[in-house]
Amino acid sequence: MSTRIAAHGRLIDRAKSVGFTFNGKPMRGYAGDTLASALLAGDQMVMGRSYKYHRPRGAVASGAEEPNALMGLGEGAKFEPNQRATTTELFEGLTARSQNHWPGLEFDVGAVNGRLSRFLPAGFYYKMFIHPRAFWKHVYEPVIRQAAGLGRVPGGRDADTYEHFHCFTDVLVIGGGVAGLQAARSAAASGASVLVLEQSAHWGGRAPVDGGTVDGAGADDFVRETVAELEAMPNVTLRNRCMGAGVYDHGYALGYERLTDHAPRAGGPRHRLWRIRARRIVTATGAIERPLAFAGNDVPGVMLASAMRDYLVNWAVAPGRRVIVATNNDDAYRTAITLKTSGIDVLRILDARSSGGGALMQEARALGIRIDCGRAIGRVSGGKRVRSVAVCAQEGTGGALEEVECDAVAMSGGWSPVVHLWSHCGGKLIWDEARAHFRPDPERPPRGADGEGFVIPAGAANGELALNGILGDADEAGKTAARGAGFKPARSKAPRGETVEEAPLQPVWLMPRHADAHLRAKAWLDYQNDVKVSDVRLAAQEGYHSVEHTKRYTTLGMATDQGKLSNINGLATLADAIGSEIPQVGTTTFRPPYTPISMGAIAGEARGAIFQPVRRTPMHGWHEANGADWEPVGQWRRPYTYLRDGESQHDAVMREVRNTRQAVGLLDASTLGKLLVKGPDAGRFLDMLYTNMMSTLKPGKCRYGLMCSENGFLIDDGVVARIDEHTFLCHTTTGGAERIHAHMEEWLQTEWWDWQVHVANLTEQFAQVAVVGPDARKLLERLGGMDLSAGAMAFMEWRDGRIAEFDARVYRISFSGELSFEVAVPASQGLAFWEALMDAGREFGVMPYGTEALHVMRAEKGFIMIGDETDGTVIPQDLGLGWAISKKKEDYLGKRAQARPHMTDPTRWKLVGLETVDGAVLPDGAYALAEGVNANGQRNVQGRVTSTYMSPTLGRGIAMGLVLNGPDRMGEVLEFPGTDGKTYQARIVDQVFYDKDGEKQNV
Amino acid sequence: MLILHCPNCGVDADETELAPGGQAHLKRFGPGSSDEDFHDYLFARENPRGVHFERWRHAHGCGKWFHAARDTATLEVFATYSAQTTEPPQAVLDAIAARRPGWTWRHES
Amino acid sequence: MSEPVSALKGASFDGLAHVEECGLQGMITLRGALSARAVQKAATVASGASLPDANRANMAGEGGLCWMSPDELLILCPYPRAAETVETMRKTLGKTHALAVNVSDARAMFRVSGGAAREVLAKLCPVDLSPAAFGPGQFRRTRMAQIAAAIWMEDDESFGIVCFRSVAEYAFNLLKAAAQPGSAVGVFAARPGAISGD
Ligand SMILES: [Zn+2]
Repeated sequence: MSTRIAAHGRLIDRAKSVGFTFNGKPMRGYAGDTLASALLAGDQMVMGRSYKYHRPRGAVASGAEEPNALMGLGEGAKFEPNQRATTTELFEGLTARSQNHWPGLEFDVGAVNGRLSRFLPAGFYYKMFIHPRAFWKHVYEPVIRQAAGLGRVPGGRDADTYEHFHCFTDVLVIGGGVAGLQAARSAAASGASVLVLEQSAHWGGRAPVDGGTVDGAGADDFVRETVAELEAMPNVTLRNRCMGAGVYDHGYALGYERLTDHAPRAGGPRHRLWRIRARRIVTATGAIERPLAFAGNDVPGVMLASAMRDYLVNWAVAPGRRVIVATNNDDAYRTAITLKTSGIDVLRILDARSSGGGALMQEARALGIRIDCGRAIGRVSGGKRVRSVAVCAQEGTGGALEEVECDAVAMSGGWSPVVHLWSHCGGKLIWDEARAHFRPDPERPPRGADGEGFVIPAGAANGELALNGILGDADEAGKTAARGAGFKPARSKAPRGETVEEAPLQPVWLMPRHADAHLRAKAWLDYQNDVKVSDVRLAAQEGYHSVEHTKRYTTLGMATDQGKLSNINGLATLADAIGSEIPQVGTTTFRPPYTPISMGAIAGEARGAIFQPVRRTPMHGWHEANGADWEPVGQWRRPYTYLRDGESQHDAVMREVRNTRQAVGLLDASTLGKLLVKGPDAGRFLDMLYTNMMSTLKPGKCRYGLMCSENGFLIDDGVVARIDEHTFLCHTTTGGAERIHAHMEEWLQTEWWDWQVHVANLTEQFAQVAVVGPDARKLLERLGGMDLSAGAMAFMEWRDGRIAEFDARVYRISFSGELSFEVAVPASQGLAFWEALMDAGREFGVMPYGTEALHVMRAEKGFIMIGDETDGTVIPQDLGLGWAISKKKEDYLGKRAQARPHMTDPTRWKLVGLETVDGAVLPDGAYALAEGVNANGQRNVQGRVTSTYMSPTLGRGIAMGLVLNGPDRMGEVLEFPGTDGKTYQARIVDQVFYDKDGEKQNV
Repeated sequence: MLILHCPNCGVDADETELAPGGQAHLKRFGPGSSDEDFHDYLFARENPRGVHFERWRHAHGCGKWFHAARDTATLEVFATYSAQTTEPPQAVLDAIAARRPGWTWRHES
Repeated sequence: MSEPVSALKGASFDGLAHVEECGLQGMITLRGALSARAVQKAATVASGASLPDANRANMAGEGGLCWMSPDELLILCPYPRAAETVETMRKTLGKTHALAVNVSDARAMFRVSGGAAREVLAKLCPVDLSPAAFGPGQFRRTRMAQIAAAIWMEDDESFGIVCFRSVAEYAFNLLKAAAQPGSAVGVFAARPGAISGD
């Protein structure tokens, strides 16, 4: 029977009853309870089922290390799986559901796995599922998904909000136990700024439960006074419910603050991720008690001795009325004593040490507790809770000396420092033989930018397990941290801790030491992933001697608790099985986060409307209101087409093309990059950046240019306008503005730093509108202003002036083959200008057109598009753009690369036009077939489609593609298989389909 | 996540403000260079476990490029310095030598 | 001349802090050697402010001068005067190698003010914004979540922020999210540690 007792309960408020439900059943606890303590108080021992064998499981721990008591919490949009009941604070209305069972917690079909466990040994998944591949889709995946896995995925969209917070501190202290508090105090006394994180809701850690005195007063008093002192210091920040989740390079650390998990109606963000930069980090993360490996150590009611003590002292919960304690050290005696003095029967203390313990043993004996030395648990019997324990000799094979009926077992295998955060960023460990644990190796810390260790372990996390040692170590750690952060520590003495002297422990990795195969197969190492002593031994037998391999083969330590309880016992078992020593076997790598953190916290504010930036032109709102069907182009949204009522996307595009070719169309071209390049060396600079000559361009004129990378590949194109002697305006593609700006700065700063050139990105200073079509000039003239006649402004020229009341710069350039003016006005007047054009153009039948109509029209003219005709492997020579490559220049970026043998290979595929024989539209990206097959038995290919459209102008499908010897094969018909099963026939033609002589743009 | 001192603006910049630019102190080979020189310029990169010279840009900051000399294994940063130099300055070489006795720069080995 | 409009036409929000788009602000980019006499003169005359040290901004009435990089300044001036100011600067610069260009329309400007202003910004920028590290007069180009931004403090409780015009809506929504009621961090405000504990 697991019940609330009258004594103890330092964290609960018995005056405040709190209602909650577990699997739909209404239950009650007290304010200050955890979900686990409240369930135990209600005699709910079974809290879940294990992952593989679906064995019933109860809480084995009382904190973050808990592997078993994982719950689904909340409902609907607030549902979250895999939450530890031991770290979940109880609140009114909490709803919890256990996991890993079907149909119910009490009766579970999957538990049959347990009976089949000898057919599911280590490596079972590994061996079973590696073949055949096809089974994955039809058998393994659907079946395993149903039966296995932890929890279920939330159904709805997460209703909560999350955020990040950037914080800089001299010293970060992770852990708010007595070590963390003392380290913070000694660091803060130097004047350094100190941030202290504590994962739970309470300061002080284990000390108030474990007892002992600090400078003569109780540990509780020390904690209260120290917290008050720290709170009063302006250079100290204390945060509880905030876990140090990870430590990274150069003093970067993450804190995971749970703001409203315990008070879901409070409003505000649920979690906050602290992105911390600290000069020094003190890890005062304490230690975790190890379970003992004996048969049946997973039966509900078997618990860590320290956890049982926590439940008693903190929450006044006795997990059983008749308890057996098994230990290899003195600390578990504290649990026995606490149980006994709370009125619970302690039937036996089974001390694996033949000579038992020290003063604590004497104290227990004086209370009348029976102590059997050199004894062990042979096995625990019971299904959904402990029924009895078979007692045996520790040095034997498990032959039972007696069977003792009981309802709970407290076990202690010694303590392991929490070294995770020390190890996250590369801190190394040493094996402490006397205490049988790994602790931080002070000679090999994680190092910061200054080459010094930046993580300083303190207290139990540093292997100090007695109160006085902990306080002294923490005091020194705080001073070391302050010194490392550039402060002079104050001269002060560490407080004096006093506890009972303890006798040494005796390492026990298996109980009894020579347990037979039958017992080993029931002795759990990793509760959550169901890994037993027998599994690790099997892995060793099969040749998995590396700890990293054994881990993956057996899945030991790979569950959501990352082996907090199983790690050392697993290593010891492996070492034993391969006849090696623990330090030689070594440990697995600890990786952040310390315990799982929510996806919401990682995403922070980046969700919904601000998932990522959406760039808007000044006319964005108009497009939105006028049927824009958006296309993402980089972070911009550009109208793909403007849909009218009842119109299909395709019909809208065809209408826009026809209207632009026959009357006049408007394109929002504001997204095109506009880079101002100025200086005495600007011409020389642009000659290096573009393949063609820019320095000879006359002011007032425009020239189309190509840019290549140093590898020779085309990276961007656009029109360059010369503004004056020293100034050029370079247009880039929409996606290229920031990239090409950075490209220019890179070459100017890192190669030609003595050249006198400045670059400014003016992309967003201007709204730019392309006014395109036979009536383009008439429309602009209707608005009035500057002279745009052919005489005043020839093709490929630009002028500054005014159109209506707008200051405008007009470029007479064309990407469609039509008469075309691109007009730039200040962005703040972009919308007004656009609306003025729409008004004035009504009589000409003006329509806006989108990016797809732009693409169709440029393809009809055979113009290339960066990203369609180019893919990072295409050079200008492939595209028939030799005319845009200066033969006179000695050098430009990419010139040397374009002389490499592969680049001059005549068999490189070249750009041609493609015209389907039946007028259909070629599939995009389709390959042209060649004779024969390649080494992989695939058909050889001789070209591919780079752009393909339905041309309303020609009434047929048109395309461009890169084809082997293409320009020499005009008229030849190629076959292009589509993914639709059809094969398309297309003839190689000139890529300019429309107005080959360019008469229309030149009027 | 690194933090590097930008010598151009003096800010200790979080890595999320920075853009990496690969190995530093490459010599550009252009038209007329041998295939081998050009190949090495384009593709051959050092990948040391230990002292390394890198280019970084304070992209979400002052926008300027700089060089960093650091240890790829311990992440110790020996110095950050101007991008307008073809070789590490003597002071940087000295700073590295002080921390890594016996280490020598390319041409000195 | 048609009436120019800013990206968000002065939109505002009240939460932990007051967030507002400041409307049109005259801004001029000046690139050149900051040690050159002509560059200094052009900058100080145009802004009415004195030359700032690195990572600082000097404000003077309607004008201001912000240090952007070792060869770049940002001049703040009244929006209607930006174009003529650029012309004056070009005359002052003469043959000195420098670039002065009007970027008023390429940017959006915001103000975040109130006791929690530091916290709102610290949620979005990887910068130490504690009073000990950042105060009025300092100027910092950085990242605000996923966009580039420049921030400075006008007084102890208010920040000026400049970002690109195209992302003004994103920036405003970011600031609104960071200033949501109920999301106070309590680190820079009041007594440290005051909001911790149970
Ligand atoms: Zn910088």
